[in-house]
Amino acid sequence: MKEAILEIEGLEAEAGGKHILRGIDLVLRAGEVHALMGPNGSGKSTLAGALAGRPGIAITAGKVHYRGEDLLALEPEERARRGVFLAFQYPVEIPGVSNNYFLKSALNAVRAHRGEEPLDAMEFLSVVREKAALVEVPKDLLARSVNEGFSGGEKKRNEVLQMLLLEPTLAVLDETDSGLDIDALRIVANGVNALRGEQRAMLVITHYQRLLDYIVPDQVHVLTEGRIVKSGGKELALELEERGYSWLEQEPPRSEASAR
Amino acid sequence: MSGLATASARWLARASAAAARLGAGEAPAAGALRRAGLEAFGALGLPGTKLEEWRYTNLAPLAALDWQLPSERVHPIERETLEALASPVFACGLLVFANGRFVPELSTLRSPEVEVTSLAAARRSGDARALPRVGTLVDVKLHPFAALAAACLDDGVCIRLPAGAKLEQPLHIVFLSLDEGAPVASHPRVWIEAGRGSVAVVVQDHVSLGGGPAFTNAVTELHVGPGAQLTHVLLQRESTASFHVSNTTAQLERDARLATHAISLGGRLVRNDLLLLLAGEGAEAVLNGLFLCTGERLVDNHTFVDHAVPRCTSRQLYKGVLAGRSRGVFRGRVLVRPDAQHSDAKQSNPNLLLGDGAEIDAKPQLEIRADDVKCSHGSAIGRVDENALFYLRARGIDEAAGRALLVRGFAAEVLAALPEPALAEALADTFAELLEKP
Repeated sequence: MKEAILEIEGLEAEAGGKHILRGIDLVLRAGEVHALMGPNGSGKSTLAGALAGRPGIAITAGKVHYRGEDLLALEPEERARRGVFLAFQYPVEIPGVSNNYFLKSALNAVRAHRGEEPLDAMEFLSVVREKAALVEVPKDLLARSVNEGFSGGEKKRNEVLQMLLLEPTLAVLDETDSGLDIDALRIVANGVNALRGEQRAMLVITHYQRLLDYIVPDQVHVLTEGRIVKSGGKELALELEERGYSWLEQEPPRSEASAR
Repeated sequence: MSGLATASARWLARASAAAARLGAGEAPAAGALRRAGLEAFGALGLPGTKLEEWRYTNLAPLAALDWQLPSERVHPIERETLEALASPVFACGLLVFANGRFVPELSTLRSPEVEVTSLAAARRSGDARALPRVGTLVDVKLHPFAALAAACLDDGVCIRLPAGAKLEQPLHIVFLSLDEGAPVASHPRVWIEAGRGSVAVVVQDHVSLGGGPAFTNAVTELHVGPGAQLTHVLLQRESTASFHVSNTTAQLERDARLATHAISLGGRLVRNDLLLLLAGEGAEAVLNGLFLCTGERLVDNHTFVDHAVPRCTSRQLYKGVLAGRSRGVFRGRVLVRPDAQHSDAKQSNPNLLLGDGAEIDAKPQLEIRADDVKCSHGSAIGRVDENALFYLRARGIDEAAGRALLVRGFAAEVLAALPEPALAEALADTFAELLEKP
């Protein structure tokens, strides 16, 4: 069996004083791409935030292991340096800090952790140009302040660019497809697919089935009210597209598929 | 208050005693300025916190030290030290002052477009072009420190740009504070007259070379002639044993443009007064400021923009960053006089508080007496955006580096407006270093 990259066991969490995650169990192995779907407010972003270490999310029960290590004991930057990446649903604007400088700082922080030499300005430039071309991020977006005045699509492409640069072992994409037109969606999906590989695992959080036409998942999970109520193959996403989420609320939590 | 009164009397006595020595053989215009200064300082004394203008800036630490006027000693200054200071500005001229006195051996001027005279030389020669103008823009009856500076009139620089002169590169004036054993107070003056249609950038740079207590009381007067474009950069990067009070008074004539940049990165107690009179229609003023307060420092910026005639524009952006147990003050007054229709004034003062012990007193003040104007102002006090910090941390950047990056980003807007990109970058680095090791 392939290495378990992410193992979540009985995870419960609160945010804003509300009990949001009510017992999540999920295992992602190397090479796998899982999709996590669910209605608004089901806890998808809270789960993503909990994995990245977002402040304001209190873990009240359960465990998360990342490559055998207790993920929840690590600071957000330690998680990132070890290869955990969250593509933000709402990428943050940082006035006065150039995207180039930010990307280089991030890449060199991760490289330092891997025991690699920092890239100098020229080396960085050649790497970033190559990756930026993959997700069609133009040069002027690299020179501008991080995400400032970027369109929705540009922000999302910038997230995928960061992912391509940092080459994470576990990538969590939080609704990277929301608000994108079909061209932008294809660009984002190309970036994600370029990174797919035997040594990596990805958790793709989405509201819509259409992203999964481009990023074909190995498994699909449905989250409602803080629990995974159904897991299945990629055809589950199509079923959800047709029938919505309400029919699942009558089903008993967890199906046999998750035990695979 | 008695501390301030005692100090005022002591300073007045010192200035009176020095007048005989400094004033020996000087032209009548200089003597008149000196006497007006002595008289005004005698009447005003050091201002106390009961005065609205000085409410948040307690001068007791300044008054507590026994300040001496600079000696006649010649200070050895390493050329390398000077080069390191001068390097971020690719200047057409470097004018060096040590404790307020001009050092011709270390100064260079490569541009024939500009006339430069030291004030000491002008005082002695009675320079008929520059000398009678020095002191005419600043009102010593309203500004006790400008009065003190006039009373202690010694050296400085008179810069004259003839009509149509265009300086391709900035003129860099470096004021060095050097130790003299006792606390030393210097009162350097800068007079700049930008003739009709002239264009220039002048960098007024205050630096400490020694770590001993120093007090700089600078008075700068800028006369921007019709259609002239002047950029004035005031850099304060002195040691934490330094006190700095500056008064910059400017008058803008028709269609003149003045951009001022006040970057305060050093000093234990800094007070800057910037007073602009928009005296000619179509004049345009840009006021940029960045102040960094760390440790127990205090930086106080007072600005006053006087829209005296119609159709003038002013754009003001002052940003403060306050860490540790520091104090900041910003008071920005904009006056639109009854005749000044179609005035367009904007003022913005965002401040970033980094420490729980830091404080800022911000007071923007618009006084509009005309009815057809566009004016806005705003002041804000905020903290580092935790959401942005998490974003950086989620990319592997540690918390301290992330905070520093966000603060640098906050400052970048002001620094980016500087006329020299290399200077902006050097100052951004100094800014980051000071934040790390105040």
